[in-house]
Amino acid sequence: MAIIVYAESQNGKFKKSAFEAVSYGRALANESNKNLVVISINADDPNELANYGPDKVLSVKDSSMNDYTAQVYADTISELSKKEGVSILVLSSSADSKYMSPLLAVQLGAGLASNVVSTPISISPLVVKRSCFTNKAFNHTTLKGSINIICVSNNSYGIHEKESRPEVVDVKISKNNPKIKVESLDKATGSVSIADADIVISGGRGLKGPENWHLIEDLASTLGAATACSKPVSDMGWRPHSEHVGQTGKPVASNLYIAIGVSGAIQHLAGINASKVKVVINNDPEAPFFKAADYGIVADAFDVVPKLIEKLKAFKSHQ
Amino acid sequence: MNILVCISNVPDTTSKINFVENDKIFDTNGVQFIINPNDEFGLTRAIWFQQKNQATVTVVTVGEISCEPILRKCLAIGANKAVRIDSKALDGFSVAEQLKSLCEKESFDIIICGRESIDYNGGMVPGMLAQMLEMPFVTNCISMDVNGNEVIAKREIDGGVETLSCSLPIVIGAQKGLVEESDLIIPNMRGIMQARQKPLDVVAPANSFSKSSVDKFEKPPAKGSVKLVDPDNIDELISLLHNEAKVI
Repeated sequence: MAIIVYAESQNGKFKKSAFEAVSYGRALANESNKNLVVISINADDPNELANYGPDKVLSVKDSSMNDYTAQVYADTISELSKKEGVSILVLSSSADSKYMSPLLAVQLGAGLASNVVSTPISISPLVVKRSCFTNKAFNHTTLKGSINIICVSNNSYGIHEKESRPEVVDVKISKNNPKIKVESLDKATGSVSIADADIVISGGRGLKGPENWHLIEDLASTLGAATACSKPVSDMGWRPHSEHVGQTGKPVASNLYIAIGVSGAIQHLAGINASKVKVVINNDPEAPFFKAADYGIVADAFDVVPKLIEKLKAFKSHQ
Repeated sequence: MNILVCISNVPDTTSKINFVENDKIFDTNGVQFIINPNDEFGLTRAIWFQQKNQATVTVVTVGEISCEPILRKCLAIGANKAVRIDSKALDGFSVAEQLKSLCEKESFDIIICGRESIDYNGGMVPGMLAQMLEMPFVTNCISMDVNGNEVIAKREIDGGVETLSCSLPIVIGAQKGLVEESDLIIPNMRGIMQARQKPLDVVAPANSFSKSSVDKFEKPPAKGSVKLVDPDNIDELISLLHNEAKVI
């Protein structure tokens, strides 16, 4: 029996969340005394995984899998997992992994828990802690399958380096027949996505209009951060709804979340609650966000943000 | 065109989340239940197909009698009929199995679920149902157009949008963007009156079993109070973020 991790890559490079998933898998393998087998699909250098402790790496390189289709990836991962005698399959919580995890669960007849925030509370029976009620609470879920799947929340376990000397095996996959074809991919180049970002800068109605968003963008580019916005901002069309974070928008689990001119409605706070450190800048000291934040500045964003950008640039140049 | 929209009964987005009986049960006291927002975006898109392409829209939920008010609301919004599968929603897997048995009895061209519920946040049911029925599946779906038997759908991915094509029948995981917030339909008096006459069938559950169970809940630890920084002393904020929080 083995712990299997799928290490997600993009354009041939492993995602940060892939290393986190492998680190998590290593911890599970140690606790349950099993081998850790990691699956890599079209990553340029599968040996990179050796920094995070796998016993074995299965490397698939197949040009028919250059486009991500959940069905084909799930077929491949379930086939390889079965061959390796999977007991627990670990995935990240990226959009792509969450897309295919229910397909995998049915194919493997497995129990499934997404948004898992820590290593299991117990291995036998398998009990995990996962976030629910859009980050307003956690639940303890018992997984009852003979095979189970865990999707680890981004930035929850962290990356733990552990060198190993895995056997790296090139594997061929059976011919696949996708039901869905990818027609095109429209990806903003150069900017950081909310899901992958360590730092997220978010703007609310307090910024008064889309013409003032350069403040958010300048601060974000200074910090290498992703930009986000509150629900009213996306509803008014100031920003695309792909930037809307909150209960009905995207969840955020960054290390640092800076909210500017966001009052902090309960639905917004729910969506960003998993972020580790929260900073609020708002001229209304009564804004509910101050109750949820770690650090706050009561001031007009138009005064304080340009100063903050200037000071951060100076700080960065001294590092 | 025959469309099924799967509905989840969830606490209102402003609800205070509390637990009772040693944190084993969600406290429904004073909580208003609503149509899961992601499901409502999907339902609204289905009603659009009903008006433009004469589609028949059926809504279904797996739940006890307490779920019927939201099914009536779906009928008032415009769905043609409602089905309640009379079973507690045990977990994603068993709910998907219940829905599968309905989909095998009646054939649907488009099956729409919300991409996830805002209470359990599993995001499991739509994908499981698609795999069980061996249908193509698009989740985080922000656009869907149907031309004859061909579907063009857009999926929101981390940092972009992907355009996909496939044939009917299809399972969709709906979210905001499939329709806008301003497109949501508030039932009018006529819709509410008509909803009383529309069929709401209660069907017995199929045999199913669960693969997971929730044993208890916990709330995040209470937060310490915010550290306020003087707006004239930005350096202090940078120092706190660098030295204390260690995030920059």
